[in-house]
Amino acid sequence: MSRRTLIKDHLLEAMLFRRRAWVMAVFCLVFIIILLVRLVNLQVIEHKHFDKLSENNRVRLMAIAPNRGLIFDRNGVVLAENRPSYRLEIIPEQVDDMDGLLAELGQLVELDEMTLKRFLKAIPRSRPFEGIPLRTKLSDDEVARLAVNRYKFPGMEITARLSRYYPLGESAAHVIGYVGRIDEDELKYVDETQYAGTSHIGKTGLERFYEKELHGEVGHQSVEVNVEGRILRVLDKKQPIPGNDLILSLDSRMQSVAEQALGDYNGAVVAMNPNNGEVLAMVSMPGYDPNLFVHGISIKDYRRLQNPEKRPMYNRALYGQYPPGSTVKPFVALAGLENKIMGHKESIPCEGYYLLPNEERKYRDWKKTGHGHIDMEDSLAQSCDVYYYELSYRLGIDRMHAFLQQFGFGSPTGVDILGERSGLLPSREWKQRTRNKIWFPGETLIAGIGQGYVLATPMQLASATSILAMRGQGYKPRLLKEIRDPALGENRSIDAVALAPVKLNRQTNWEHVIKGMISVVHGIRGTARAVGGGLKFQMAGKTGTAQVFGVAQDEEYDEDVIAKKHRDHALFVTFAPADKPEIAIAVIAENGSSGSGVAAPIARKVLDTWMETQEQK
Amino acid sequence: MISDNGFRNDNGRDSFTLKVVRVLHLDPFLLFGILLLSMTGMVVLYSAGDQSIALINKQTTRLVLAFAIMLALAHVSPAGLRFWSPWIYGIGIILLVLVLLVGDVGKGAQRWLDLGFIRFQPSEMMKLATPMMLAWFLSDKPLPPTAKTLLVAAVLLLLPTLLIAKQPDLGTALLIFTAGFFVVFLGGLSWRLLIGLGISGAALLPVLWHYMHDYQRNRVLTFLNPESDPLGTGYHIIQSKIAIGSGGVYGRGWLNGSQSHLDFLPEQSTDFIYAVFAEEFGLIGGILLLTLYAFIVLRGLVIAVNAQDTYGRLLGGSLSMTFFVYLFVNVGMVSGILPVVGVPLPLISYGGTSMVTLMASFGMLMSINTHRKIWAR
Repeated sequence: MSRRTLIKDHLLEAMLFRRRAWVMAVFCLVFIIILLVRLVNLQVIEHKHFDKLSENNRVRLMAIAPNRGLIFDRNGVVLAENRPSYRLEIIPEQVDDMDGLLAELGQLVELDEMTLKRFLKAIPRSRPFEGIPLRTKLSDDEVARLAVNRYKFPGMEITARLSRYYPLGESAAHVIGYVGRIDEDELKYVDETQYAGTSHIGKTGLERFYEKELHGEVGHQSVEVNVEGRILRVLDKKQPIPGNDLILSLDSRMQSVAEQALGDYNGAVVAMNPNNGEVLAMVSMPGYDPNLFVHGISIKDYRRLQNPEKRPMYNRALYGQYPPGSTVKPFVALAGLENKIMGHKESIPCEGYYLLPNEERKYRDWKKTGHGHIDMEDSLAQSCDVYYYELSYRLGIDRMHAFLQQFGFGSPTGVDILGERSGLLPSREWKQRTRNKIWFPGETLIAGIGQGYVLATPMQLASATSILAMRGQGYKPRLLKEIRDPALGENRSIDAVALAPVKLNRQTNWEHVIKGMISVVHGIRGTARAVGGGLKFQMAGKTGTAQVFGVAQDEEYDEDVIAKKHRDHALFVTFAPADKPEIAIAVIAENGSSGSGVAAPIARKVLDTWMETQEQK
Repeated sequence: MISDNGFRNDNGRDSFTLKVVRVLHLDPFLLFGILLLSMTGMVVLYSAGDQSIALINKQTTRLVLAFAIMLALAHVSPAGLRFWSPWIYGIGIILLVLVLLVGDVGKGAQRWLDLGFIRFQPSEMMKLATPMMLAWFLSDKPLPPTAKTLLVAAVLLLLPTLLIAKQPDLGTALLIFTAGFFVVFLGGLSWRLLIGLGISGAALLPVLWHYMHDYQRNRVLTFLNPESDPLGTGYHIIQSKIAIGSGGVYGRGWLNGSQSHLDFLPEQSTDFIYAVFAEEFGLIGGILLLTLYAFIVLRGLVIAVNAQDTYGRLLGGSLSMTFFVYLFVNVGMVSGILPVVGVPLPLISYGGTSMVTLMASFGMLMSINTHRKIWAR
C-alpha cells in the first residue's frame, strides 16, 4: 500500500462526495418518477376500475324479508301473528376467538349447551358474512346488557325481528302448523331470491300448505356498509310486499269446545259445513304448543312430544287411519238399497251370530242374544251386525267397493293440508296386489261392519257423512275461506269445489237410510238416544265401536280385563238438521270403548256450540 | 437559491426571526419543510382517524416531544455527535443482544426491551447509531476506502442488520442496512465493487428465501400476486390500491374518502395512511406531497455537501437518503410495487417511535449545518 493513499486529501474527498451526492440526487429523482408513474397508473389509467371496486366495496345489496301473512279464524280471531323479538346473532367471519367470545357472552346471557351446540353446527352451513342466530327471544334485561357491552364483541349483533306467535297455543295447532328455521333440505328447493332475507318457513299445517301466500315478496335495500358489515346509510330501498293474510273457515270457539270435549282421550273431531266443504273444526288430541318450534325446540320438549302413547305431534284428523266400525253401516245399507239386494222394509233374523254357507266360523253380533227380526231402520238404530253380514254377503266386495268409493273412502279428501292419508277401502284387486291372496267371502262380512281391512281417517268420515247429508252432492273439504291482501285490503273468497255427485237410481233411498240414522239419535232403541234431547231439529247419526284388539273366536270381550290401549275405539258421525243439513261431524276417541257413551256426547257438545253461533246470528 | 445558512434581508442585517433560528441552531429550509409536512400529516390523520381529536392530541404531543429532541440534537456539535457515535453503537448492539435473549414478544417478533421504566425498541435506535458509527469509522480513513476498511465497515454494518433480522424484523433490518450502505457509498465505494456486490446479492436471494420465516415468505408471495388471497394477506394491498385508484386525479376531497372511512382500509392511520391521503387528495395531492418530500431530501443533501468534515458529510448524506428510502418504501408498499414491510410514511403516519427517530436525524442535520468553524467561511 502506497504512502500517498494513506494521507487524507480533504479537497479530493469533498469533490468525491459532491459527485456521489449528485448520484444520490439523481437516484432520488428516478425513484420519485417510479412512484409517480405508479400513482398515475392507479389514479388515472386504472381509476375507473378501482372506482367501481370501491363502489362495490361499500355498497351492499341486502334483502328485506317481507312480513308473513297473518292467520285468522272465520270470526277474525287471530291464530298466527308476528311479534317483535330480539335475537343475538354472530357473524363468524368477524370473530377472531369464537370460544372466548362465547364464554364471555355466556356471562351476559343464558347460553345452555344445546344452544351452543346448535350454533356451532350452524356455522359451516351459513352463507358468508351472514349473522347466525345464537340466542333468540332475548329478554329486555339481556338486550340491555348486550347493548352496553356491544363494543367489546365485534361480530356480535342484536337484531330486532318479527317472529311468529300463535296466541291460542295448543288450540288448532295441527291445523295452523308452525314455522321453523329453514333447514338444509328446504334451502335446496326454496327460491333463493325470494327467501334471501327470510329465516323461517312453514313446516306443517296451513303454514306450510299456504307458504306461498303467507310469505310475500322480498324487498331490497342498497346500504353503505363498513368492513364489519354495519349499515351506515341506506342508499336505495324497495319495500317488500307482505304476505297475504289467511281467513280460515275454522271457528276457534267450536275448535276449543271440541278439544275440551275430547278431554284426555287421544282422538280427533272434524266438523264441516256440508253445503260448501268449509271445515269448522279440525281437532286432534292431544295437542302441542307450536310456539315451541318457532325458535327451535329444546331436546327436553321434543322428547316429551315424541311420547309414543300420546303422539301429540300426530294430526289424527288427517293422518290417523282407524277402522270406521259401524259408522260405515249407513253407506253399506245405501249400497244394498241401490243394488236392490235388500228392500228397505225387509227384515233379517238376528240370533246373535251369522254363519256363512259351508263355514264353521261364527260371525258374532255385538249383542250376544241377537236383535230378533230387524229391518234397515232398526239395524242402523241398534247397529245390528248380523243384518250387515247378510247384506254384505249378498252385495259382495266388488259392488261394496264400487259404491263406497263414491263417498271418498280409500282416497284422500283433498283438504288443504299436506300429507293426508287415504285410508283403505279393500277390494279383490287390492288384496291380490298387496297380499298376493284371493279375497275370501268372510272378509266381505267384516268389511261390511267397518272392520278388518277397512280404514278411514276422521276427515274422510266427516266428508263421507257430508256427502250423505247432502244426498249425494259433496264438496271438497277446505280450511281456507278467504285470502286478504293486506296492502290493498282486498279479500278474495275461495270458491267451494263441488265433488262429482253420488247419483242414486232412486232418490228415496237417501231418505230411508237417513231415517235410520235419525233413529240412532231419536229412536226409542237408538244407540245414541242419550244425546238426542233438547234439540229444535232432528240430527242424524251413527255410532261406531271399532275393535283394536282381536278377540279370539270363543273369548269374551271384557272391558275390565283389557288394557286401556287395547280397548275399542269410540266413533260417532252425525249431521244436522237431518232434513236440511248445515253441519256434519265425525268424532273418534281412541280406546273410548263406546261410540254411544263417549263419542256421541262429544259430537253433541260441538253441535251445541254450532247452535249457539246460529242463534247469535 | 438555497444558501448555506439562511436568509438575509435587504439591508444586510438579520431579522429577529432569523436571529432566533440561528440561536436555536435551526435550518430554516429544513424547518419549513418539516413543519409543512407535519401539518399536512395532522390534516390527513384527522381524516384517517375518523376525526378523532384525541388521536390528534396524542400525535401533537409526540410531535412536540420529537421537536424537543430535534432542538436538543441541533445544539450538539457534529464533533460531539462524532465522539458519542461508537458508544451509542456499542450500547445499541448490547441491547439488541439483550432483546434476543429477554425481549418482549409483540405481534410474533421480539422487538421490545422493557427496562422497567421504559419500553423501547433498540432497533429504532440503531437506525441512527449504525450510520453514525460507519461515518465515525470512515471519517479518519483515506477515501475512497481501502479493501481492509471496507471489510471492517461491512462487519460494522452486518452486525446490527443480522441481529435485527433475527428478531425477526426484516423491514427494519433492511432500512438499517440501507442507511449504513449509503454511508459507505457516499464514502466512495467503487462502482466496480458495487456492481459485483449487486450481482452476488442477487445470487444469494434463493439462500435468503431458504432462511425466511413463513410469514415473510407469505408477504413476498402476496406481493407478487395479491389477488391470490383477497381475504388473507393480500387484503391490505388490494384495499389500499382500491383506495388510491378510486381517488383519481383530484381525489374525493378531505374527509370524503369512502374506503378510508368505511374501515375497509387496514392500518389506515399508521402504515397505510398514504392510501387515505391519495383517496382524498388524488394524484395532484400526491405530486405536491412527493415534491415536499423531495425538497426536504434535497435540502438534506445540500447540507451534507456543504458540511465541513467527512463525518458530517457522510452522516448528513446517509440520513437524508434514509428519509427518502422511508418515503419510497412506504408509498411503494401502499401502492403495491413493494412488499408490505411495515415502514411508516415519514412524519405523517400515526405513531411516536419513527417520529422521534426522524426528528432526531433532522436535529443532526441541523447541527451539521449550523455549527461551523469560522475559518471555513
